[in-house]
This record gives sequence, C-alpha cells and structure tokens, in this order.
Amino acid sequence: MLVLFYVASAVFVVGLVLKLVQYGRTPAPLKIPTTPAPATRGGVIWRLVKEVTVFESLFKGDLLLWLFAILFHGGLLLVTVRHLRYFLDPVPEVIVWLQPFGIYGGMAMVVGLLGLWGRRLLIARVRYISTVSDHLWLLLLLVLAGSGLLMTFVTHPDVVAVKAFVRGAITFSPEPFPSDLMVALHLLAFFVLLVLFPFSKLLHAPGLFFSPTRNQADDPRERRHLASWAAALEREKAGAEER
Amino acid sequence: MAVSAHVDENEDAPELIPGATAGVKSFVAPPETQEAIGFTPALTDGWQERALQRMGELLERYRSLRVFMDACVHCGACTDKCHYYLGTRDPNNMPVARQELMRRVYRRYFTPAGRLFPKLVGARELTKEVLEEWFTYYYQCSECRRCSIFCPYGIDTAEVTMAAREILNSVGYGQKYSNEIIGKVHRIGNNLGLNPAALRNTLEGLEEELKEEVGREIRFPVDEKGAEVLLVTPSADFFAEPHIYSLIGYAKVFHAAGISWTLSTKASEGGNFGLFIGNYDQLRRIALRIREAALELGVKRVVVGECGHAWRVAYSFWNTLIGVGAGADPEDRYGQMLQRQLDHRYKQPSHICEVTYDLLERGAIKVDPTANDRYVVTFHDSCNVARASRMGSSSEGQFEIPRAIIRRVARRFVEMNPETTRERTFCCGGGGGLLTDELLEIRVKGAKPRMKALKAAVEQEGVNFMATICAICKAQFTKVLPAYGFKMSMVGGVHQLVSNAILL
Ligand code: SF4
Ligand code: SF4
Repeated sequence: MLVLFYVASAVFVVGLVLKLVQYGRTPAPLKIPTTPAPATRGGVIWRLVKEVTVFESLFKGDLLLWLFAILFHGGLLLVTVRHLRYFLDPVPEVIVWLQPFGIYGGMAMVVGLLGLWGRRLLIARVRYISTVSDHLWLLLLLVLAGSGLLMTFVTHPDVVAVKAFVRGAITFSPEPFPSDLMVALHLLAFFVLLVLFPFSKLLHAPGLFFSPTRNQADDPRERRHLASWAAALEREKAGAEER
Repeated sequence: MAVSAHVDENEDAPELIPGATAGVKSFVAPPETQEAIGFTPALTDGWQERALQRMGELLERYRSLRVFMDACVHCGACTDKCHYYLGTRDPNNMPVARQELMRRVYRRYFTPAGRLFPKLVGARELTKEVLEEWFTYYYQCSECRRCSIFCPYGIDTAEVTMAAREILNSVGYGQKYSNEIIGKVHRIGNNLGLNPAALRNTLEGLEEELKEEVGREIRFPVDEKGAEVLLVTPSADFFAEPHIYSLIGYAKVFHAAGISWTLSTKASEGGNFGLFIGNYDQLRRIALRIREAALELGVKRVVVGECGHAWRVAYSFWNTLIGVGAGADPEDRYGQMLQRQLDHRYKQPSHICEVTYDLLERGAIKVDPTANDRYVVTFHDSCNVARASRMGSSSEGQFEIPRAIIRRVARRFVEMNPETTRERTFCCGGGGGLLTDELLEIRVKGAKPRMKALKAAVEQEGVNFMATICAICKAQFTKVLPAYGFKMSMVGGVHQLVSNAILL
C-alpha cells in the first residue's frame, strides 16, 4: 500500500505538472473569448469564479445535467474537506465542525453519479457520444463514494489506524496499513484515479483555467495581443512588407 | 435545385438519424485552386504522416486546440445546441461528436491512453475514410460558436473545425468554394472578383441612380487620399440585393454627417475567408491589404460595413494581425506605424453601426422613422457579431447598438424568441464557408431553428422585415426564406432601414 501510495502520488504530481506546463507554454495567438465577455482582468477572474463554483455555462445549457453535476462536485468538495482529518494533525476546528457535512456530501456524490450515469444510458444523444472509459469512470467514482459510505455506516474501520497510516506516509515515517478490505478497496480506487488523472478527461479541471474562450479579456481594440510565434512571423516578414 | 422545407417537419423524428447528411459534401478544390494560394495541390501518398505532423504543429501553436482536445468530458450539454444537428438529426452534427472526429485521432496518436487502449477511449486511426468524414462534417459546421456558450469549459467547436480544415488543406484536400474565394481576394482584391474598373463603374452608376431618386449628389468615393474614413465592406454590398441598400445607407450617413470617406480598390473586401479555413497566414495576408490601403490613403479611421465574420476579424484580430487598433507596445514598430496615423478619439476599427449610433445620439444626423412604417421589424443577431465581438464599450453593445438604431429609424420593432437571439442566436445556416450551392441541403436544414423563431414572430406579431448586419446572412436568407414559404425581400440590412429614414 505504501509503495502504491507513493507511486500514485508521484504519477499524479509529475503528470499534472507536465500538463500544466504544456498548457501554460502553448500560446493563444488570437483573441477568442466567447462574447459577451469581460473587458478586464478582474472581470475575467469573476467569470472563471462563476464557472468553477456555480457552473454558469452549464446552467445555461442543461438544467438537469447541471443539477447532477453540482450534486456530484459539491459533494466531492465536502467529502474532500472531511478527508482532511486524515492528513492534518491536529485537526483544525473548522474541519471538525464541517465533518458531518462530509457524510451528506458523500450521499450527494452518489446521487449525482447515478443521475449522470442515468443520463448516459437513457438519453440517446449522450449514449451516442459515450465511450467505454466514460462508463468506467462513473463506475470507479461510484466504487470510491460507495465504499466510503459503507465504511461510515456499516463496516466502521479503525479510523485511528487509517490516520496513522496516512500521516505516516506523508511524513515519511511509515506505519502499518490496517488490514481492512474496505479501506484497501477505497484507497486502491483512489490511487487509480490519481494515476489516470493527468491522462484523462479529468483534465477538464485544470483545462478550464487555460481555456481561451473563458480566460481572455475582451480588449482586442485597446491592447495589441501578440503570441510569441506570431511575433516571430511578423519580424521575419516585416522586412518585405514594411514601407 | 429546388429545396423546400417546413419548420415542423422532423419534430417527431428520432433523436438520432445516423448518416442523415453523410452525403452532403463540398466540392474538393481542384489542384489549380490549391496551388494558386500556395496550398498542397492534391492528396498524395504519405498524406497521413503529413496530416499528423500538421496536427502536432497546431497542437503546439494553439492552446485552444490543445485544451479542447483534452478537456471534454462527454457531458452532452452541447449536443442539442447546433442548428445543423437540430435541422438534420445527424449525430455527427452534434458539436461534441463533430469534435470527436478529431479527438479520436488525437487520442490515438497524441495521448498514452489512446496509444495503449484505443478501444477503451474510442481512439481511431487516421484512415482515408476518417479523412472523408472530416471533409464532410467539418464543412457542415458554420463556426458559429453557439455550442461554446453552453460548454462548461468553453470548448469552441469552431476552433476544432478550423484546425481540421487547416489539416485538410495541408494535405491537399481543400474546399473548392473557400479556396477559390481566397484566390480571388489575392488576385483581384475581393471575394466576388470585381476588378477596380468594374467597381468604379458600379459605384458611378449607383451615384447617378441616387441622384435621380433623392435628388442629391451622394458620393461613393474610391481611393481618395486624405479621406477621414476608410470603409471596408463585404464586396456583396456593391451589387447583391439586399446588400446594396445598406451600402447606400452608409453613404447617406457619411453624406448627412459631412464625414469624408473612401472605399479602396485594394481593400474592396471586408470578408476574410482565411478565418474559415483556420489558416493564420492567409488570415493575416488578407488582412494586410487593409493595412496597406489605410497607410496609402492616409485615413484617420477604419470603419467596417455590415458583415459578421469580417467584423470578428476586424474587431478581434486586426490589432494582432495588422495593428489596426490601439495599445501597441512602444517597441512594437510594426504596430506603432499605423497606430500613430489613426485618430484614437474613435475606437479603431469601428463598426458602421457604432458610427451611425454615435451620430444619432449626438443629433448629428436626423431621421424620420415613419419612413419605415410599412415594416414590422425584427433583428437577427449574426453569430460572429454576437459571440465573437462587441460594439461600443459595454459588453453587450453588439446586441444593443443595432437594436437602438432600428428603434430610432423604425417605429415597430419586436424581438424573436429570446432563446434564439443575442448570445443564443442561431446561425443563418450559411456561415463559415458553407454558402455554396452544393451544400444547399444542409443550408436549408440548418436554417430551421431560425425559421421557426421567425415564423412565430410573423404569426404572432406580424413581422415582415428581418434586419441583420451580415452579408452572408443576407445572401443565405434570400436563398432559404422561399424554401420556408417566406418572401426573400423580407431580409435586409440595418442600414437599409437607416437609408429609408435618414433626412438628407
Ligand atoms: S460552431 Fe456552430 S455550427 Fe459548429 S458545431 Fe458549434 S453550433 Fe454547430
Ligand atoms: S458541452 Fe463541452 S464538455 Fe460537454 S460534451 Fe460538449 S464539448 Fe464536451
């Protein structure tokens, strides 16, 4: 488990950093914000905040999908907060206070995921565009959320031992992995997610921040926007065209 | 070809009709056409490798393409947003499926997942069959960006379409229509192939006609050095109907306001099909004519006529491509050269609607709206204006300014269904390089969502004039309105209404 923990984390971090560097280095040669768009940096930040927190575009596009997406992602956020107790010692007050909401979060996730899967199976348009991996992702996430809920309500693993293991792993002072099948399943599913993240559609999360249609300010008349390769092209051709 | 259609047909059709428009294909550009604009003449052995190489280059040059290839989660929010899908039910016309034509190839050759588990992630080799599919369906997209409004990551299928067309062109598999037009722009100066002498003749004829009609010397100056304004307008404005009525409108506005202006034979085309085929070099070279004309004529302002994609290129790209705009870096000699000449009290470039609106607001021109009393007017937002540009300084000016003009010059104005206007507007069905006869079937079907909204406005509000500010919309609607049982004279420009109402 410990080895897997490190391998998965390493693949995730390295893979993601490489992707972020790739996105960051790739220029956007032309101004292509989808208008109406904000004209200022601050406006762009606000637009992105709305996209990240309330899924503004999706809200316009498909209300039912938006609802399932909000349930899933909102739930995920609460669950993530709840899981911080395994990483932090001592656990801050706020997180202790937020703990119970994590359970509702887990339920919301499951409801959201089932809704999303239902759409994928029932709506012909969405079924048509679904790949095998789309279904497998939903399965993986359901396994993650389902095993989590099962542990909370049914199997009750030794959370003290789990915390000791996690703390041990992140502070590089290994502690034994508690022999609990549910915990093992839960963690394995999480490692799979971590490893696949940088190579899959989970890149939608960082991708949004790099999406030129959403992150560019609509100010092309006020400021000259030049990508590096376009500027180079210009220098190269300027001699011939200059008058 | 007689195509007729009905807005309600297809309503109970199954959600998906695979292959419904697989047979609607553009003509492939012949070798001469390709060569004339410096493109690979024809598809030859080794094309696959070259296509993938070009794709790799584009992925490194365009962050949009790179991110869009990775980020889609197949959520389906965009699937029912495209007018071509709505009009045809062909699943490949769902925006995500259209992107997927390229994404599956991207996965296969550019991602570990696709290299290792092609089946699992739906990756696919780039075969001749796939290339054919690209050629078919990437020319059934009008690059209207409607899908990008609703995508949670802002994925703009237009960007993917442009990249696909660029790849197709790079292996010698271009579209005859677009590439011929680009050839004409370079050879003659405009998309319609009107040479300078013919242009002068046409405009002189127009001056005479107007003199008889309104009893005034309304001029259409050409290549006049020292004019304040250079007007760059789509060449259809010079003789196509109803386009020409808007041209007359612009001339009357300048005349009434006492602004000196000129057209240019060198820049006698506002359109820029370089955009449609996603070729940066063509986009820039076509735009350069405007820069050259502006410098030669010494104008202080550059104004763009009623043309959707031309306005996108002018508003969003000219500053980047040729320096028509403001805010060039002091080190940026190229940008500075032109920007020193331009008068920055005005936005550079300006849309003709911005000019007219400003004059109306200041009372510098006067109008009599009763002149348009025979009309109940509605406004069709053109996609490139609505979703890829703005007017004035408010972020919704591109919607408000044309409407404000209409309200000033006509007394009866009504909106169509708000689900089909402003940022949610539906494409006319003929944009993005699809305005060619062999694609008439898809054009008629793609117009359906707009026709449906128009029909409702006609029945409920008695609308009899649909104003728009795009040369392609005008040409497309004159062709497809009759197919839906409307008169083709129902469509016209905003400046056609201005022309009727302006007091000279
Ligand atoms: S850009 Fe417009 S035509 Fe193209 S897929 Fe999107 S909605 Fe359809
Ligand atoms: S809305 Fe965006 S993420 Fe969803 S399927 Fe369409 S392109 Fe993909």
